[in-house]
Amino acid sequence: MPLTTKHLLGLEGVTREDIQLILDTATTFREVLERPIKKVPTLKGKTVVNLFFENSTRTRISFELAQKRLSADTVNFSASQSSTKKGETLKDTVRNIEAMKVDMIVVRHESAGVPNFLTQISKANIINAGDGAHEHPTQGLLDMYSIREKYGKLEGLKVCIVGDITHSRVALSNIYGLKTMGAKVSVCGPASMIPWDIEKLGVKVFSRIDDAIAENDVLNVLRIQLERKAGASIPSIREYHNFFGITRERLEKHSKKPLILHPGPINRGVELSSEVADGPYQVILDQVTNGVAVRMAVLYLLGTMN
Amino acid sequence: MNIKAKLVDAEGLTQTINRLAHEIVERNKHADHIVLIGMRTRGEFLARRIQKKIAEIDNKEPQLGVLDATLYRDDFRTRLKQPEVSVTDITFDITEKDVILIDDILYTGRTTRAALDAIMDLGRPSSIQLCVFADRGHREMPIKADFVGKNVPTSINEEVKLQLTEIDGEDALYLLDITNLNGE
Repeated sequence: MPLTTKHLLGLEGVTREDIQLILDTATTFREVLERPIKKVPTLKGKTVVNLFFENSTRTRISFELAQKRLSADTVNFSASQSSTKKGETLKDTVRNIEAMKVDMIVVRHESAGVPNFLTQISKANIINAGDGAHEHPTQGLLDMYSIREKYGKLEGLKVCIVGDITHSRVALSNIYGLKTMGAKVSVCGPASMIPWDIEKLGVKVFSRIDDAIAENDVLNVLRIQLERKAGASIPSIREYHNFFGITRERLEKHSKKPLILHPGPINRGVELSSEVADGPYQVILDQVTNGVAVRMAVLYLLGTMN
Repeated sequence: MNIKAKLVDAEGLTQTINRLAHEIVERNKHADHIVLIGMRTRGEFLARRIQKKIAEIDNKEPQLGVLDATLYRDDFRTRLKQPEVSVTDITFDITEKDVILIDDILYTGRTTRAALDAIMDLGRPSSIQLCVFADRGHREMPIKADFVGKNVPTSINEEVKLQLTEIDGEDALYLLDITNLNGE
């Protein structure tokens, strides 16, 4: 029972069966990560290129470890030290890399749609590791895996995504994936950070964080991206924290505490207080471990297809 | 299923499993150091039955783990169908243990080869012994079983299939004709 797709460009339109297969396969790899020798020979002889046109530490290391643990050969490319700086077009860069016979390309780019474009100019399996404000499917999958690990299911769970929804690819991948799996998805944040027509995606909007805490099983708290346009959407970081920051005091007002997820890196004292970031309701570091297992599952399922 | 013959019935199957358990205990003197590893899927249930029998004989129940060697297979490039992987469930350390690897049918030896690699990645056992319910020949690897329930000489147009109550609802060993399936 292989995946019905040759590439992973986003979670929009990915079937429930495919998501289920990836999450179930990730369970196998989660076990491999607990072994003394965390390596299996499955992708021996396959070559994967990590094409990162945008900075990333966590996602790149996670993908690279996933590839190494499957015994694939990996090559890393980062835009800061590449020929794009010398004026080469994206198309030429990718054509040249493909001429070196690679099997899979993991790509991150600041422009939405780049992974999709690569499927038209390359025969390799393309995995999107984040494109602009579009999607970040492996993050969506690892979030779902982490939620499922705690609750044993996704169907019927209430999940709220908190923060800058407009500029977040993590939010979009979560919305598509979770909705496909039957979860009830909502968002919460300042009106300036939520697209006005978000409800068209079948998503509820909370304008007060206390309501979101009270009514949800899971809060997926996004990072306020200070380096992007977040600064223009809110008067100040301090004000954001006062109105939308998750703190122990806020959580303690409710008897039932939601599970807290965060894709990292955390801005302590902005979207999460330090107490919450290190507290008993979060699974932030589990998400990181699960991320490697989920990426191994995606690489395995795409890389061993005929 | 095109059945040619029923080679072993329910009673014979229990007797064979009991004999295998006795042989394992005998060969390993004390069962202190042995651990059982069943290969998914039927090897697992075979291993559970052998475990129970060894516990009766020796008053000590050996530890049991389940191995899925899919990730170690050598046929990813040649198979038309992507194999489904499931979880290896071995919660104990196998270092310095005598591992009894248990599978239903021994055929080409490729699955056993994959399992040996998988076990070596889990630790360094003092020995690995192979126990199979049926050996049907046609080896493609230099692999030999230590404990064999039944030797079944076959042609390549035949298949040997072990049925176990836990999964198949019946205990039996069948010889099947797969000539038509091979398109010959």
